[in-house]
Amino acid sequence: MTAAWAVVLRTLLAHWRRKPLQLAALLLGLAVATALWSGVQALNAEARAAYARAAAVLGGDQLDRLVPRAGTTLAVEDYVALRRAGWRVAPVLEGTTQLGDVRVRLLGIDPLTVPPQALGGGAIDGAEALRDFLNPPHSVIAAPATLARLRDASELGAGQPAEDLPPGVVIADIGLAERLLDQPGRLTHLIVAPTQKPGIPPIDRITGDRLDRLQPAEDTGLAQLTDSFHLNLTAFGLLSFVVGLFIVHATIGLAFEQRRGAVRTLRARGASERQVTLAILVELTLFAVGAGAIGMLLGYGLAAALLPDVAASLRGLYGAQVPGQLSLRPEWWLAGIGMALGGTAVAAVSALWRQHRMPVLATAQTEAWRTAHLRGLRLQAGLAAGLALGGGLLLWQGAGLAAGFATMGAVLMAAALALPGLLALAIAGLTWRARTPVVEWFLAEARAQLGGISLALMALLLALAVNIGVGSMVSSFRVTFLGWLDQRLSADLYIRGQDTEQATAMAAALDGMASVDRLLPIQSVALQTTGAGPFDLYGIVDDAMYRGNWPLIAPLPRAWDRVADGSGIMISEQFARRLELRPGDTFAPGSADWAPQVVALYPDYGNPVGQAIVANAELTARWPETPRLRYAVLTTDPGAAGTVLGALRDSFDLRPDQAIDQASLKAFSRDIFERTFAVTLALNVLTFAVAGLALLTGLLTLAEMRLPQVAPIWALGLTRGRLARLEVLRAVFLAVLTAVIAVPLGILVAWILLAVVNVEAFGWRIPLRHYPGQWAALLALAVATAAAAALIPARRLRRVPPAVLLRVFADER
Amino acid sequence: MLALTGVTKRFGPLTILDSVDLTLATGRSLALVGESGSGKSTLLHLIAGLDRPDAGRIMVAGAEVQTLSDADRAALRRDRIGLVFQQFNLVQSLTVAQNIALQARLAGHHDPGRDAHLVDRLGLGGLERRYPEQLSGGQQQRVAIARALAAKPPLLLADEPTGNLDEASGDAVLDLMLDLVAEAGTTLVMVTHSPRLAARLDTTLQLQAGRLA
Repeated sequence: MTAAWAVVLRTLLAHWRRKPLQLAALLLGLAVATALWSGVQALNAEARAAYARAAAVLGGDQLDRLVPRAGTTLAVEDYVALRRAGWRVAPVLEGTTQLGDVRVRLLGIDPLTVPPQALGGGAIDGAEALRDFLNPPHSVIAAPATLARLRDASELGAGQPAEDLPPGVVIADIGLAERLLDQPGRLTHLIVAPTQKPGIPPIDRITGDRLDRLQPAEDTGLAQLTDSFHLNLTAFGLLSFVVGLFIVHATIGLAFEQRRGAVRTLRARGASERQVTLAILVELTLFAVGAGAIGMLLGYGLAAALLPDVAASLRGLYGAQVPGQLSLRPEWWLAGIGMALGGTAVAAVSALWRQHRMPVLATAQTEAWRTAHLRGLRLQAGLAAGLALGGGLLLWQGAGLAAGFATMGAVLMAAALALPGLLALAIAGLTWRARTPVVEWFLAEARAQLGGISLALMALLLALAVNIGVGSMVSSFRVTFLGWLDQRLSADLYIRGQDTEQATAMAAALDGMASVDRLLPIQSVALQTTGAGPFDLYGIVDDAMYRGNWPLIAPLPRAWDRVADGSGIMISEQFARRLELRPGDTFAPGSADWAPQVVALYPDYGNPVGQAIVANAELTARWPETPRLRYAVLTTDPGAAGTVLGALRDSFDLRPDQAIDQASLKAFSRDIFERTFAVTLALNVLTFAVAGLALLTGLLTLAEMRLPQVAPIWALGLTRGRLARLEVLRAVFLAVLTAVIAVPLGILVAWILLAVVNVEAFGWRIPLRHYPGQWAALLALAVATAAAAALIPARRLRRVPPAVLLRVFADER
Repeated sequence: MLALTGVTKRFGPLTILDSVDLTLATGRSLALVGESGSGKSTLLHLIAGLDRPDAGRIMVAGAEVQTLSDADRAALRRDRIGLVFQQFNLVQSLTVAQNIALQARLAGHHDPGRDAHLVDRLGLGGLERRYPEQLSGGQQQRVAIARALAAKPPLLLADEPTGNLDEASGDAVLDLMLDLVAEAGTTLVMVTHSPRLAARLDTTLQLQAGRLA
């Protein structure tokens, strides 16, 4: 039995020796599909592991926490009261600060009260370590890589390495943290020990209703926040995978067709259907595992190349720290090979089914092409209509990011399935107008070829449409974002004091400079909402700079006057979406006794944290302890910003981020923006490359089947050179038709991305702009891709020896 | 119409045709017979300018075929030669009517009346809008003959035109072809295995291992 199927396998494998190009196409398609998918998965896995590590800091993944309610603060006194009442709680002061040249997330703890499981592997071991931690120069706990970067920070002593801490996180004594964060007497939360003494009074009775007790599971903010980003990546990975599978499907289908004779002979010689199927399955498994492994290596390379940009986007967009190095996880390998196997199975299922149903004595002739083709077109059109309908329903009824992507997937697949029918219709329309026999033949062959390369054209359609869609989205975004930056960052300089004292001194110095027109204080307080996460409340002074430049969405009349008199508040677009607020509604940023009306929304691109603006006087009256650290500086002449900056740096010992001019700030914001879309654009280009590859392999595998079609025309008096040119022209013609269909589809994709996906993912809606120049460039790229793909088979045709063409007429054929 | 002198063709070490000489006057018909591999089809291909001889001279309708460029040989085929193959070799993507008109239109002297006449004579009425795959073998060969004759070529080359058909269909197709050739005064060279069919043509020449016997 075993020997029999091995003989069958050997016989079937002989096919690939004769068709190495087909084998290469199959393996390449599978490898590339696996590479793009697994590359994206590696990026996602790395980021998710980083989020899990971040969530686990100080036992965040297993211990309860007490946090202040919206509009309230937590002070050392609350902690003391709870401890006195018998509660085993540990204080934490958390904030972001600059240590040396490194920006870190600093967590201040009291090592004597913190539960041991909160520190995990980073526990302070022994009396000496505890003494170093508590006394100057304080030692801190951080990941070895972070400690290495902190070596020059003069505030710190020797560090204690903790492998499981995420990069950029530093645990220090709470006293040191108070000083470094300039938050004396303040706490951000309390860690609740898992076991408590029996009979202690409830927390409410000690601190009133000012504290919320959060379970560990409730604090998965980072993972939730970044979900959209990763879903975006996954969607692109999946698209590339599907496009790659088109190649695999086309090649496997062709090989099955070409091996029908061999299979029939094997069956007639006594091989059972089961043995043939088993041999084919073994063959496909070998290919899937081999090509999958190559794909995994390519995917690893891709992920490693993209990780720095992904890490930068995640940091810029969400403040998430992801290490810049990939680690190989066994589950990633398994998932990748599984995907390759699954993809091969999906691509081969229809061919296997046909093989299974083939009677032993089936004639060698394949089913009449025209009838089968027409039936296929009708079936595809039906499926396309169903999918389009489903997509429409999802758009109408669905909600959430997954529904947005599902709509896009349905629309793309519907268009891809409808493509051969649309192309056939377009060709039929043109045939009607054809006047010369060569044009007639050219069009008739284009239509006949559709069956063979429609999968490659579908891949091209998807790649083009997604390119147009993503290109339009990014370009629309870029234009809107840059315009917004110009409006938003209209002061010439932004300064920030290390503490109130330094800020006041800087303000005084600036006041005395002739080239400084005016100083606008910017104060903010970090607050918490129930349900919509944290937000920053800004207090600004009424000034023409804001009134003239600040971009607003749907403002009520006299919006700025209302903010200035304390009866109005402005809210960032994504924060308003989260709170489900519209202009005209009221919002209480702190306690319920002050609920100003929302007088306008404003775009706040790239900010994961909610934001709202009120009058500075209101903010300082209600949160009197808010330090005045930041100022916007307007100079008399924009050219004077550099001089003012220089003078400030001369007078004060400033870190680079403490005084920054408008141009640098814009460049920084632009950099975050560009990096955010760098990954998407890279995947986009790769998808296009895969589509080009699909076209190339499709045309190459078709090339040898083309000879019987081309030979009679050659015999009738067309030269091989002309025939070769016509072959290239036909590929280009089909690509151009596909590209023309791709433009409206791409616009639809852009609209779904901007109006559905982005709104769900980021909370922003930006206007869709059209870029005909981009479409023309993509059209040219499609033409170039098709021409390049057709060139190799066409060159072969031009140089094919007459003897090979004459074989077509020979009786032995 | 046709004159071959010392025509030799080799494929690697094999000599397929060895110094073949023959002449054929306008309007005459010639049957080339011989066993498989004797070089019959190769000789036909060389006459049609589909391939070049290694030595010798081939004159077709006043043109010295072996000296012509690829493009000129293509033009010669298009304008002066009709070809019929054993495998029919119709263009699968074109209808019967388009296949019949194809060569005449390529040559630039298409005559719809001639097409209609051929359709009528060859019994193809009602099949004009069908595609080759929807026809029987005999019908396809009749379409191939109509296509070859629609351009009114002075020379018709037929390679086993009935080889793929049963005897009755083959005889019927050959009758029609010979009638049409006689009607138009076309010169005919036909390759065949069958001495019975060869006997119906004016002259028969036998090829043996690449030489005329």
